[in-house]
Amino acid sequence: MTVADVLLVALGVIAVGSGALVVTSTHLVRSGLYLVISLGAVAGLYLVLGAELVAWVQVLVYVGAVVVLLLFAVMLTRAPIGPSTDLDRPAWAAALIGAGVGLGLAVLLADAYRWTRYALPAPGTADRMGRQLFGAWVLPFEVISILLLAALVGAIVLSRPDIGARPASREG
Amino acid sequence: MHAVIPYVTAALLFGLGVYGVLRRRNAILVLMAVELMLNAVNLIFVTADVTLRGNGYGGGVFALFVIVLAAAEVGVGLAIVLQYYRMRHAVAVDEVQLDATNDEPDGERVAG
Repeated sequence: MTVADVLLVALGVIAVGSGALVVTSTHLVRSGLYLVISLGAVAGLYLVLGAELVAWVQVLVYVGAVVVLLLFAVMLTRAPIGPSTDLDRPAWAAALIGAGVGLGLAVLLADAYRWTRYALPAPGTADRMGRQLFGAWVLPFEVISILLLAALVGAIVLSRPDIGARPASREG
Repeated sequence: MHAVIPYVTAALLFGLGVYGVLRRRNAILVLMAVELMLNAVNLIFVTADVTLRGNGYGGGVFALFVIVLAAAEVGVGLAIVLQYYRMRHAVAVDEVQLDATNDEPDGERVAG
């Protein structure tokens, strides 16, 4: 066990533990805050694995934007402050499928990689990532920009009631 | 470092996400569980960069793409959830009537 291993195990335990709290907590807002911890721990894993730019983008976009958006939605839907009792369906089917998928994948990957040691890569810089992005992956990058524009327009159209209202309801 | 640690972490996170999507009734909590699953996939991409050398660090680039996709997905998803809440005053995914013809005026509750 090297220092990197200890860090990976510690951050992995934090990520999985707070992930479990996200899907089991009875407080809506606490679920969102546990999601912050889980995503932050995954960002730490990226840092240990040498993907520095991905880690900071994760902190900026996920922890900064996505979780804030989710918490906004929690507030806009007037979620109760205290614990809610009607958040869950019966557990057995979900537990069966979730445990099957999770443990099955875990066994598969553990069997594939055993206890093999890999050298830690040099910390990735934004320079290296930028050369990759604008060298080999330019076309997907442009497609992603079109997708973002489509999502932007779609979100605006969906949330404005005066766009796309049915003609029948206008007359009546 | 031993690559099996982040791989198993990602597998367990994905399982938790699947559990959350199937278990939760609240649409916002379902979206949170989807984020967990996307994160697990990202972790696998980044770890694959370490274990599969000679691929030119495509894993990190794909992780960035998935992060962008997740941001777009959560934006549109929450717009749909909020619009549904405005129409029905509920966010429970198992009460959504997929075959409803939606003839009621906006803001009116649907019986049942």
